[in-house]
Amino acid sequence: MSATIKWYWFASPQSFFPLAGTIARVCWLGAALLAAGGLYVGFFVAPTDAQQGEAYRIIFIHVPAAWMSMFLYLVMASWAAIGLALNTRLSGMMASAIAPTGALFTFIALWTGALWGRPTWGAYWVWDARLTSELVLLFLYLGFMALQAAIDDPRRADRAGALLAIVGVVNVPIIYYSVQWWNTLHQGASVSLTRAPSMASTMLTGMLLMALAFWLYSIAAALTRVRCIILERE
Amino acid sequence: MNWGGWSEFLAMGGYGFYVWGSYGVSFALLGLEVILLMKRTQQREAKT
Repeated sequence: MSATIKWYWFASPQSFFPLAGTIARVCWLGAALLAAGGLYVGFFVAPTDAQQGEAYRIIFIHVPAAWMSMFLYLVMASWAAIGLALNTRLSGMMASAIAPTGALFTFIALWTGALWGRPTWGAYWVWDARLTSELVLLFLYLGFMALQAAIDDPRRADRAGALLAIVGVVNVPIIYYSVQWWNTLHQGASVSLTRAPSMASTMLTGMLLMALAFWLYSIAAALTRVRCIILERE
Repeated sequence: MNWGGWSEFLAMGGYGFYVWGSYGVSFALLGLEVILLMKRTQQREAKT
């Protein structure tokens, strides 16, 4: 069997089902181990921040959660677009399976941001470009889920949700570049691909471990949920 | 090692409410999602 044929074979929900179960189990385990390592580095290895004291330790969930909230939206919209273009059943199911986890990470990013904003900025919430566009992202996830829940026929629900998800993609670069485009209270990116990160290397290690843990968690959660959706629909 | 003892660890240099409020709610919600997913999986597999 050639690689191309195998790819299409796994696009069928029935053949994808056992594979998704195996990958999910490995990812649950990996996420737990990486989170344990990330928390250890975050609380016991990374030093106290010179300006923010211990309050900065919120970074180890805040930044990875915010990354995941944007990344998961892009993945969800990509699956939705593939489903719309190729009319494959599994694509729409994957988009539906990612949405609740994406919404959860968006909420966590906003929640931890509020609790970080209070001691450092003096306010839980400001109508700042970064915060507002992240809140719009939460509403896009919730809108996607509500729209799909409101339509009885799953194939029609997939198509309607896909349109909303694709239109909403425009919000992701707005969130990402909001700190450059507008004069915001939120600080700029501490980590970028083009220059050295502006933080201690142990802080960065803790943050990257947590980001990897959230990444594996998202894969595990989405695959576990897609297995339920396959059983419900097929 | 950053902490002299449990009370110092829990106090987080005076930012305990904000730090533990962040970690507590985040991990509670992630745990809740895992429990809901396990329940949903059990229900679906029981039906088939």
